[in-house]
Amino acid sequence: MKKRNVLSAAIAGTILASAAMTLHVASAAEDYEAPLNEWGQPDLRGVYNFSSNTPMQRPRELGTQEYLTLEDVQARDARVAEDAAAGDGNSSQGGVGGYNQFWVEGAPEEANLRSSIIIYPENGRLPARVEGAPMAFGGLGPDYNGERPVRVTVGGIAKDGPEDRGLSERCLLGFNSVPPFTPSMYNNNVQLFQNKDYAVIYNEMIHESRIVRLHDKEHIPEDIRQWTGDSIGWYEGNSLVVETKNFNNKTQSFYGTGTAGESKTLIEKFTRRSDAVVDYEFTVIDPEAYQDKLVGTFPMIATNDQIFEYACHEGNYGMYNILQGQRVEDGTWDRENNRVIGQ
Amino acid sequence: MKTHFKTILAVAVTAVAVSALWQVNQGTTEAQQSQSGSDIPRTPTGKPDLNGIWQAMNTAYWDLEPHEARHGPTLALEAGAFLAVPPGMGVVEGGEIPYKDGMRDRQVENKQNWLARDPVRECKLPGVPRATYMPYPFQIFQAPDATLMSYQFAGADRIVHMDADVEAQVDTWMGTNNGSWDGDTLVVDVTGQIADTWFDRSGNYHSGWEMHVQERYTMIDANTIDYSATIDDPITFEQPWTINMKLYRHQDENMELLEFKCVEFVEELRYGHLRAPGSERGDGVTPIF
Repeated sequence: MKKRNVLSAAIAGTILASAAMTLHVASAAEDYEAPLNEWGQPDLRGVYNFSSNTPMQRPRELGTQEYLTLEDVQARDARVAEDAAAGDGNSSQGGVGGYNQFWVEGAPEEANLRSSIIIYPENGRLPARVEGAPMAFGGLGPDYNGERPVRVTVGGIAKDGPEDRGLSERCLLGFNSVPPFTPSMYNNNVQLFQNKDYAVIYNEMIHESRIVRLHDKEHIPEDIRQWTGDSIGWYEGNSLVVETKNFNNKTQSFYGTGTAGESKTLIEKFTRRSDAVVDYEFTVIDPEAYQDKLVGTFPMIATNDQIFEYACHEGNYGMYNILQGQRVEDGTWDRENNRVIGQ
Repeated sequence: MKTHFKTILAVAVTAVAVSALWQVNQGTTEAQQSQSGSDIPRTPTGKPDLNGIWQAMNTAYWDLEPHEARHGPTLALEAGAFLAVPPGMGVVEGGEIPYKDGMRDRQVENKQNWLARDPVRECKLPGVPRATYMPYPFQIFQAPDATLMSYQFAGADRIVHMDADVEAQVDTWMGTNNGSWDGDTLVVDVTGQIADTWFDRSGNYHSGWEMHVQERYTMIDANTIDYSATIDDPITFEQPWTINMKLYRHQDENMELLEFKCVEFVEELRYGHLRAPGSERGDGVTPIF
């Protein structure tokens, strides 16, 4: 993991400067025909990187302008890099550790000239929130005010017990792989598998195999709910379409808002645009969170790199340290006997 | 990541290679089918079709070696018969695992402290071959370039690189997996495993990085796989040794590999001693009775 991340960051500049890449990731030939696999399905198999420099929401001043010029994208990314450098890129907001820009994976600027990941509503911004729908945003800074269950992926509400921390800190879900997966700081890698009756969306973080039934039109019974839901799928032309329901209610609906559970339906579409790119499109429909559906898209770029095992829970010494550190800080740690006072 | 040019080149080369493989396999399908003479499903490329949900049906997860019934650990006496150890004929060729002189002691000690020491108790990834014969189903997604084996327990999975020679770069819980075909047998070579996994609940163990596991999956009919795994770990064992067992296809029409993320169920076990005084257990959603 670490080795590959270092390599990724180190060669990012090289990638960005690659003229050859421009030709291959920016657009597809109009007469491009996606290859078929041995089952006669559009062949989507492979390893892809979905890192992105594109913001989730479009800057308001751009209105309904869906695309930027390459020069605009380069200028935007330069500003981001400049701001990051000014703060030494430290993401810990004054805390211990954190990540600087060395660790942040980016995408080739030519790969995505859209002004935002969200493409619907037309202004490229999240739809209006349903009144009363819960909102929570975690992060690497101080804890936020809230109560269990903690549905954010990063950060938390307290350090009284492990359940007070975000889902990725608990190693339950990756911070970029709660369906729909979305680009984040690093490890934006996914591998697609296909056979006659199934497809699998395998997110590197946290070794998450989302199994998609192609032979089934019905979801599993409603009383079986899962962290990543229940996925069925079908092919439409060159696209794999995946419908996911049956989420448990322990994740957010999308982007800090709502709860998943019964109200959330996710539709994903994987379309091979060229040998080098598969377009990923997601539609979140949750009438208890947002007043309208939302649609987002970004490219997944093929790579000959391999997915690594992201064994999070096995080495989660961070959780021990977070909790014990807090016990020391709040004066409830018995240093002599190495345990919480009273236990 | 490599340069994008390499990516493009690799995609192109892969496409050509797959295309060539397709052509070759198309030609060999008929020959393979006629040679096999067995009624097993095959993929369009003529390979045995291992796609499906499988599970072992034996007591290897308790103990790979022949064993009689015995008490469960003292700490689990409240569980009564649930955690008493059922007997089994064993799955090791020749019966005993050939530990080197002095290496058996650690296994005995592990066995006596099973409940406290078994890494699987903490929902850690089980390693190979243990994942195969745990009492949970697993699913094979087979393809010419990469085959995914996905296990229900802990959401464990491993990507088997087909016809590639991927070298382990770091030690991992499920190892680095390279697959190939030996006639109609899928052969998976597993290297680079971390030393923290066991083979069973009886504390049989290995050295990790120096271990090479070679698995062989041979379909003998549409619903049965002959499975073997040969463990070569010269640090721990006198010579390589092999386990054999059958794997059975789940045939219930509504069988699916449902999610079993056990991490949330072991948080109290791992972190309970670090709770703030008075802090309640649980996330407030999943009941703890």
